[in-house]
Amino acid sequence: MTYLQFLALLPFIILAAAAIVVILLIAFKQSHTVIQVTGFMMMCGVVLAMWYVRNTLPREIPPLLVVDGLAALFTGLIIFSVLVVGLLSYIYFEEREENPKEYYILLFLATLGSAVLTISRHFISFFIGLELLSVSLYALIAYLRNRNNAVEAGVKYLMLAALSSAFLLFGMALIYMETGSMEFSAIARVIDTTGMSVLFIMGIGLILVAIGFKLALVPFHLWAADVYQGAPAPVTAFIATVSKIGVFAVLIRFADAIHLQQNVLAVTIITIMAIACMIVGNILALMQQNVKRLLAYSSIAHFGYLLVAFLSGNAGIGAAVFYLLAYSITLLSAFGVITLLSTTRRDADDLSVYRGLFWRSPLMAAIFTVALLSLAGIPLTAGFPAKFFILTTGVQQHRWLLTIVLVLTSVIGLFYYLRIISTLFATPPLTPVKERTLHPFFYVATYASLVVLMCLLGWLGVYPGFIVENVRAFLSF
Amino acid sequence: MILVWMISILLIGGVACWLVAQRNQLACKWTALVAVIAAFLLPIIWYLQHVPAVGSGNTWLIDFQLNWIPAFGISFHLAMDGLSFVMILLTALLGILAVLCSWNEIREKTGFYFFNLLWTLAGIAGVFVAMDLFLFYFFWEVMLVPMYFLIAIWGDFNRRNAAYKFFIFTQTGGLLMLLSILALYFIHGQQNSGNYTFDYFALLNTAMNNDATARWIMLGFLIAFVIKLPMVPLHSWLPDAHSEAPTAGSLILAGLLLKTGAYGIIRFVLPFFPVAAAGIAWWAMLLGVVGIIYGALLAYAQTDLKRLIAYTSVSHMGFVLLGVFAFRQMALQGVVMQLLTHGVSTGALFVLAGMLKERLHTRDINQMGGLWTAMPQMGGLAMVFVMASLGLPLLGNFIAEFLILLGAFEVSPVLSVIASFGLVLSALYSLRIMQKVFFGQIQTITDPPADISAREWIIMACLTAAIVFLGLFPQPVFDMVNGTLSQLVRL
Repeated sequence: MTYLQFLALLPFIILAAAAIVVILLIAFKQSHTVIQVTGFMMMCGVVLAMWYVRNTLPREIPPLLVVDGLAALFTGLIIFSVLVVGLLSYIYFEEREENPKEYYILLFLATLGSAVLTISRHFISFFIGLELLSVSLYALIAYLRNRNNAVEAGVKYLMLAALSSAFLLFGMALIYMETGSMEFSAIARVIDTTGMSVLFIMGIGLILVAIGFKLALVPFHLWAADVYQGAPAPVTAFIATVSKIGVFAVLIRFADAIHLQQNVLAVTIITIMAIACMIVGNILALMQQNVKRLLAYSSIAHFGYLLVAFLSGNAGIGAAVFYLLAYSITLLSAFGVITLLSTTRRDADDLSVYRGLFWRSPLMAAIFTVALLSLAGIPLTAGFPAKFFILTTGVQQHRWLLTIVLVLTSVIGLFYYLRIISTLFATPPLTPVKERTLHPFFYVATYASLVVLMCLLGWLGVYPGFIVENVRAFLSF
Repeated sequence: MILVWMISILLIGGVACWLVAQRNQLACKWTALVAVIAAFLLPIIWYLQHVPAVGSGNTWLIDFQLNWIPAFGISFHLAMDGLSFVMILLTALLGILAVLCSWNEIREKTGFYFFNLLWTLAGIAGVFVAMDLFLFYFFWEVMLVPMYFLIAIWGDFNRRNAAYKFFIFTQTGGLLMLLSILALYFIHGQQNSGNYTFDYFALLNTAMNNDATARWIMLGFLIAFVIKLPMVPLHSWLPDAHSEAPTAGSLILAGLLLKTGAYGIIRFVLPFFPVAAAGIAWWAMLLGVVGIIYGALLAYAQTDLKRLIAYTSVSHMGFVLLGVFAFRQMALQGVVMQLLTHGVSTGALFVLAGMLKERLHTRDINQMGGLWTAMPQMGGLAMVFVMASLGLPLLGNFIAEFLILLGAFEVSPVLSVIASFGLVLSALYSLRIMQKVFFGQIQTITDPPADISAREWIIMACLTAAIVFLGLFPQPVFDMVNGTLSQLVRL
């Protein structure tokens, strides 16, 4: 490995080191605050390292990894999300009896898995990344093991994730059998000359099943609602953002390598999945009274929208990255509000908790409202340009069926977002919920970061040009 | 620049209201009033300074452009012609009245209320002057969300359903329009070798190589606009939203939001797709006539005063649709006139309904009656606007409907004759309002309600002056919009 290759991997090495540092810290000093602050610093270190090495990109580290603009963008997005998730975790776990120290090891390992996915160009690194992510998530989901829902969610995720890993391995094996290689580019070379055989297509199909499971695409979405509901709120935020970003990144890279978007069969299947996601996700969310479950279904729908951009191939990557960015900020601020409102005994997931929130704590309700409007894709929030760019790619590629389904289902989506919003603004219940603030500093910090997220949503909504230009610059690496 | 100022005054004023209201409710109301008055004075002052320019044939009076998202050819492009100018004036005028008429009605959450009110106004003003299709869509949505809150928070008993219905109907149309905008954007870009832009003036030159494409794209725009207008059978959001909204909300809905639909048809549908629009003109006129008759009949059957007035809007907006698709200069002038006079007269009726509700706590006209004895002044004012609504000469609506019928008669005598029956029906429902509310048996009201106050006098005096002025002296409006409309007819 040359120096430059090492340099390109620096952010990921720091990320891996973060997990080890936390393990050592637990051995020496068991303080939640120290771990939290150290973790925060390490994540900042990752960002700095990424900034430091940006000029040396793109760099291949054969045979497993490649660090290029796409990887940098997605890793940046992942680290950004983890920073917020970490902050939320502090408030959340400090209020509960369970010892939260190991939590951070798992969190950083899962992040590492997700980040490895974004740089993998080989089935081995793909699989390692995915397993690192999944195995950490089993424990993270069931972390609050005294709660019934948590264990149920953890076991459910464990069973289905193990099954999907099996599918993934089988798919990889089939492709390896057909092409004799596990490197994306080598596979692409083989099928360019010999074409896709039936077994190869089966292999692709099995891999799509596994990816569909991770992204909770219909019809592999059955775990989503239960896991979202049962997992602790920050972990839910993590699943909704970080784990999905990583998997989506590897999907883009794999599809780009083998020109998946030019295969009629694959495009047909993905189109059907996208339409199913948009319709099923939005309809299931329609009558949902539990906010976490509702966000689960809405994220199914949002990945349906993302698939529209994905199907457009290279033209859609920019739109997809922007969409993921807007979506992550939005979901993080929504889950931030959920975390802040959660009590020691249960998460604030019932809609009744939010009744009249605007008149009790206007700022929190404003953040939540902006997040919901952004999910619904209303102008002045980031969701609007995001959806607009996706529609643009859809129209550009003449995918009329998809765009029209997108438009009609987002109207359905509007209904349930508005339902929550009108609950926020309804007359408050007579007995106000007593709030206690344990740690003023972290409480204020979380609050402040949520306000920053809200401002970001507004800024992206009004002036998306800056990000669009930068995303383009990165992708051209 | 003045357009930017006007919109930003409203936006900033809205935020200021919200902040001020934390300390002092009264100051918040005054802030809102000052902001809308400033927004009203700006175009007036500008007009007084530029009278000669307005008179000379130059159609576009103001043009202001800034880059916004250059990567996608999106610019912040505001421009104003005569049509935009009169709509802006109407917006600002009704804005002042909306603030005034919510002075005592809104007792809780005042700050947030005025924030929403001013932002809706800013969105509407933006819609009337945006000359970039992306920006237009942007403002189209900006006026929607605060309006949703106005209905959903300060509305009547059934407000939540009404607000959902309003939002979802309009948003469906809006998203279809967005698809059409994108389609137009790509067709234009491909024709002009990669010059992708959302600019109105550039897109005007898009040649539609395919009739079917043009028709589909036009339908996307048209559906968005006729939902707003509203056209039967897409009108069902309107009675709910109008009757549940607070008074100022109804005033803005009837006076301004419906007008954005008509404005959109005149500004976008006709110039972009003249051929395709001519192709469906007969059907559109037919639906317009159906709306006139159907709205009038339903208005006659209502017992809820605000619902009644809402259905008269459906009827009056039928005239707009009839006039627009007649493609005659005269009819189009009538349409612009109808937009203004309907805004004023129906707005006034909603304000009156709001005043009655404040005093009697009901909208049911069966529980009213004989109110003239207690409130002769309000009765007199109501008479003026009821007469305006039924199309009495001297008042603005007469001129508007007369011109529309005259213009449409050249195109389709049969439809115009049927539409004229709408005038008879309008006399029926209008007189029924007076009969049920102000005349007839005095209902047992223990405490006779107070007649109108000084603040309410100001509101009604403005509206009365406006409607009489438009009725007696409509020429300035015609001069103002002449340039825009004659270009349309030439297409």
